[in-house]
Amino acid sequence: MPVRMRTALVPSATLPLAACAGRQSALDPQGLQSGEIFHTLSVFLIVAALVWIAVVIVLGLSMLRRKRAADQPLALHQPFERASGRVIFVLGLATLVIVLGLSIVSYAGQRTVFAKVENALTLKIIGHQWWWEVRYEDDSPARSFVTANEIRIPAGKPVKVELESADVIHSFWVPSLTGKMDLITGQKNELQFTAKNAGVYRGQCAEFCGLQHAHMAFAVLALPPDEFGRWRDHENESARDPADQLGRLGEQLFRARGCALCHSIRGTLAGGQLGPDLTHVGSRTTVAAGTLPMSPATLAAWIADPQHIKPGNYMPKMPLQSDELIAILHYLEQLK
Amino acid sequence: MSIVAEQRELRDDALNGLQLSTRLENLWRTPSGFFGALASVDHKVVGRRYIVTAFVFLLLGGVLAVLMRVQLAGPEKTFLSADKYDQIFTMHGSTMMFLFAVPVMEAFAVYLVPLMVGTRNIAFPRLNAFSYWMFLFGGCFLWISFMLNVGPDVGWFAYVPLSSLQYTPTKRPDVWAQMITFTEVAALAVSVEIVVTVFKLRAPGMTLDRIPLFVWAMLVTSFLVMFAMPSIMVASTSLILDRLVNTRFYDSSSGGHPLLWQHLFWFFGHPEVYIIFIPGTGMVSMILATFARRPVIGYPVVILSLIATGFLSFGLWVHHMFVTGLPQLGAGLFTASSMLIAVPSGLQIFCWLATLWDGRPVYRTPLLFVLGFIVIFVIGGLSGVMVASVPIDTQVHDTYFVVAHFHYVLIGGAVFPLIGAVYYWFPKIAGRMLSERLGRWHFWLAFVGFNVAFFPMHILGLIGMPRRVYTYTADMDWAHLNLLSSAGAAIFAISFALLLVNAIHSLRSGALAGDNPWDASTLEWATTSPPPPQNFDRIPIVKHRDPLWFDNESLPVVAGLSVERREVLMTSLAEAEPQVREASPEPSIWPLLTAIATTVFFIGSIFTPWAVLWGTPPMAVTLIGWFWPSGSKEDEE
Repeated sequence: MPVRMRTALVPSATLPLAACAGRQSALDPQGLQSGEIFHTLSVFLIVAALVWIAVVIVLGLSMLRRKRAADQPLALHQPFERASGRVIFVLGLATLVIVLGLSIVSYAGQRTVFAKVENALTLKIIGHQWWWEVRYEDDSPARSFVTANEIRIPAGKPVKVELESADVIHSFWVPSLTGKMDLITGQKNELQFTAKNAGVYRGQCAEFCGLQHAHMAFAVLALPPDEFGRWRDHENESARDPADQLGRLGEQLFRARGCALCHSIRGTLAGGQLGPDLTHVGSRTTVAAGTLPMSPATLAAWIADPQHIKPGNYMPKMPLQSDELIAILHYLEQLK
Repeated sequence: MSIVAEQRELRDDALNGLQLSTRLENLWRTPSGFFGALASVDHKVVGRRYIVTAFVFLLLGGVLAVLMRVQLAGPEKTFLSADKYDQIFTMHGSTMMFLFAVPVMEAFAVYLVPLMVGTRNIAFPRLNAFSYWMFLFGGCFLWISFMLNVGPDVGWFAYVPLSSLQYTPTKRPDVWAQMITFTEVAALAVSVEIVVTVFKLRAPGMTLDRIPLFVWAMLVTSFLVMFAMPSIMVASTSLILDRLVNTRFYDSSSGGHPLLWQHLFWFFGHPEVYIIFIPGTGMVSMILATFARRPVIGYPVVILSLIATGFLSFGLWVHHMFVTGLPQLGAGLFTASSMLIAVPSGLQIFCWLATLWDGRPVYRTPLLFVLGFIVIFVIGGLSGVMVASVPIDTQVHDTYFVVAHFHYVLIGGAVFPLIGAVYYWFPKIAGRMLSERLGRWHFWLAFVGFNVAFFPMHILGLIGMPRRVYTYTADMDWAHLNLLSSAGAAIFAISFALLLVNAIHSLRSGALAGDNPWDASTLEWATTSPPPPQNFDRIPIVKHRDPLWFDNESLPVVAGLSVERREVLMTSLAEAEPQVREASPEPSIWPLLTAIATTVFFIGSIFTPWAVLWGTPPMAVTLIGWFWPSGSKEDEE
C-alpha cells in the first residue's frame, strides 16, 4: 500500500493521513462531531510537524557547523551565554504562546463536539461483558423496545446516547461519527452525535473490560429518516410466530435447552435477562457483538460452540444434537 | 580496648598515600564471603545489584513485548490465547513501570549520587540495602506468580470494577496490588536517602548552584516519589481491602465509586512518567556537557525547568480521564495545564541545542543516544500535547496512538538517555570501556528499530485500533502496519542483544578505562574506576560547577576524618559548609532479614488476614536486631 508507506515515512503531512480511510477511522469523518475533531487534530498535527522539523533542523545545523575539535574543554564564554539566554527566553515565550493558542483551538473544538441539541433521538446503551444492550425508550411503552449490538439511527438527525454499565467499565466509540465516552457503573454519561450520511459505521469497546475486550464491537446503521421510521415501527412489534413445523420445534427447543434462561424474545415465553434480546435477531448484521458477519453458517457455529469463537464469554456450550441445532437455527433465522 | 580508647583518635591527616588508602579500604570494604556480601551496605555494591536486577527485568519485559508483537503481527493469529495475552500485557506494563523504569533510575542514583556529590556513602546505607532486597523480592514474587499462572491479568492500571473480587475472583489482582506495595517501599526509601544525601552529604563548597544536573534531577525526582507514591499506596491498599476484607471503597452499589480508583491511580500515574523522564534529562545534561566539551548552557534555566516540570506534573492527572464523563469546563482547564508542561520541557531542549551549537561535539556512543533522544522525544512530547486536548483525546484515548505516544516519551525520553548513560558510566562502574563499534551498531539498530516499531502505531490508533486487544479481524485494514511494527520490534530487540554481548565482552576483555576516560568534569571521575570502597581517599573541596575542568591538576581536599571508624562529612544545606563528622553504619545482615520477614508478612496477607497477626512478630524481631544500639567508643568513655 504506497499511501500507507508514505504516511509512515512522513509524519508531518495530514493529507496522506486523510487517505487512510478504514472501517472505523478517525481520519475519515462521517459525522458532525468527528469532522470537528478532525479539524482540531489537523491544526495540532501541522503545528507539531513544524515544531519538530524546526528542532531537527537546528539540531542538524549545530552538528554540521564547522568547528575545530577542542583540545581542552571550553570554559564558559560569556557573550554566547548571554546571547543564547535571550534566544532561549524568546523561544520559551514562543512555546507558551503556541501552547495557549492550541488550548484555545482545543477548547473551541471541545465546545462544538459536546454541544447539546434539543430534541435529539435518545437511546440508552448498557455495556455488558462483552456485548451491547441498546434500548429505544419512549414515553409510551408501546414504542419502547430493546435490541443488541446494533444501533440504527436516522441519518442527518442528532442522536443522544445515554451510557451505563452493567458490570465493568466499557467505552463507547464510533470513530467515524464521534469520539468515545466511558460506560461506568453507578454513573450516567451521555454523548451526542450526528451521522452526516446514511451508511454503516463500525464501533468498538475502547476500555479494557476483560477477556473478550477484543470482541466487543457493534455496528451503527445510519438510515434515511423514513426508512428509520419504518424499521422502528417494525422493531416495535413482537416476534412473529414460527411459520413452519421446524420453526415451532426450534422455539420449543429454545426453551427446553435453556436458551430462554438468558435470552428474551418478545411475544414468547422466553424472558431471560442475562444475554442479548433476540426478538429480531435474524435481521441483525453481525453475530456475537461484531465478531462475525451474520449468516446461517456463522450463527450455527456460534450456537454450536460459542466458547470456540469467543473463549471465556458467558454463553455456555450447550450439548445439542445436530437436528436440534438445525431447528433452533431455523427458528432464530425467522426472527426478522 | 581501654588503651585504644585513651589514645587520640587517628585521623586521615596523620597518614598519606598508600598507607591512607589501604587503611580506608579495609575500613569501608564489604566483608568477604557469601554472608559478607549479603550484609553489604556499600552504595556501589547495592547500586550495582540494583542496576543489574533492573536490567534483568527489562529483558523479561522486553521478551513479553516481543511475544505480543508476534501475536499482533497478523490478523486472527492464535499464537497467544486471550487469557495469556491479558497476562502478558499486564506483566509487560507492570514490569517496565514498576520493576524497570523507576528502579533503574533510582539504581543509577544510588550508585552515582554519593560519588557525584563527593561523599563516602549514601545516607541511611542499611535502609538502602533493605530497599534493594524489597525490590528484588517484590519483583521475584510477581514473576514467580506469573510463571505459576497466577500472574495479574487486569492491566498495569488495574481499573476497578474489573479488578474487584466480583469480576476477577482469582488471586491475580492481589498479586499485583502487593507487588505495588513492595516497590512503593523500595522507591520511598531510596528517595529519602537521595534527598538527605544531596542536602547533607555534599562535599564542602558544593553550593546549590554547583550541584551536577543529574543530582538536581534526582533530587526533584525524589520529591515527586515522596508525593506521588502515597497516592498509589492508598489506592492499592483500598483495593486489597475491598478484595480481602470486603470493604466498599470502589463499589458503586454501596456508596463507593470506581472513579475514585482512577483519580488516585493517575494522581500517582502521571507524576510517575516524570519520575522516569526527569532522571533521563539529568543523564542527558551530563552526557551532553562532556561530549559537547562545554558546560550546559542555561544551568539555572535547566534546574528551574526541572522543578517546574515536577510541580506541573501533579496538575494534569485528569487528562487520563477525559472520557469518563467529568464536567467539560474542568476538562478544558486540565487541557491547558497539561499543555503548559511543554514550556519547561521545551526550555530544557533549547538549552541542550544551544550547548551543542556552541560546543565542539565529540560523537561517541553516549552522545549518539542523546541525539536520538532529542529527535524521538520531541515527537513524543508533541503527541502529548495532542492527547492533552479534550476533543482529540476522545478519539485517540485507549488506542494505539496513545501506545505510540507514551513509548516515544518513555523509550525516547528515558530509555535512550539511560542507554547513553550505560555507555557513559560503564567504564566508571566496571573499570573497562564498552566497544565503540558495537555501540554504534546498537544505536543505529535501536534508532531505526524503535521508529519502525512505534511510528506506525500513531496511524493505527487514528484508523481505529484500540489498545489491549489480543486480536483483530482481517477486514480492519490494520494488518500491514502491524506487521511493519512487529518487524521494527524485532530489530529493536536485537539491538538490545548487542548491548548484552558488548557488556559481557567488555567485562572480560574491554580496554581499561582509567579514572576519567571521557575527560568529564564531575566528581565521580575524580576517583579510580571502579571506585574504591571509600570512594575518595580524601573528601574533595568544590570551587566550581565543573571541578575537574578547572582544578584538574590538584583538587583541593579536606583532612581530618577518622580512619578508625566509618565517617562521612556533613555539610550545611545551601552553602555546603562543613558541619559535623557523622558515623556511617557498618555492614549488617539485618536489612536482609527484615526484608524477608516483611515479604512473608505481605505475601501471607494475600491468603489470610491472620498474617497481620502472625506476620508482625518476625518483623518486630528483625527490626529490633537492625536498630539494636551497638555502642561507640564515645559512649564507652
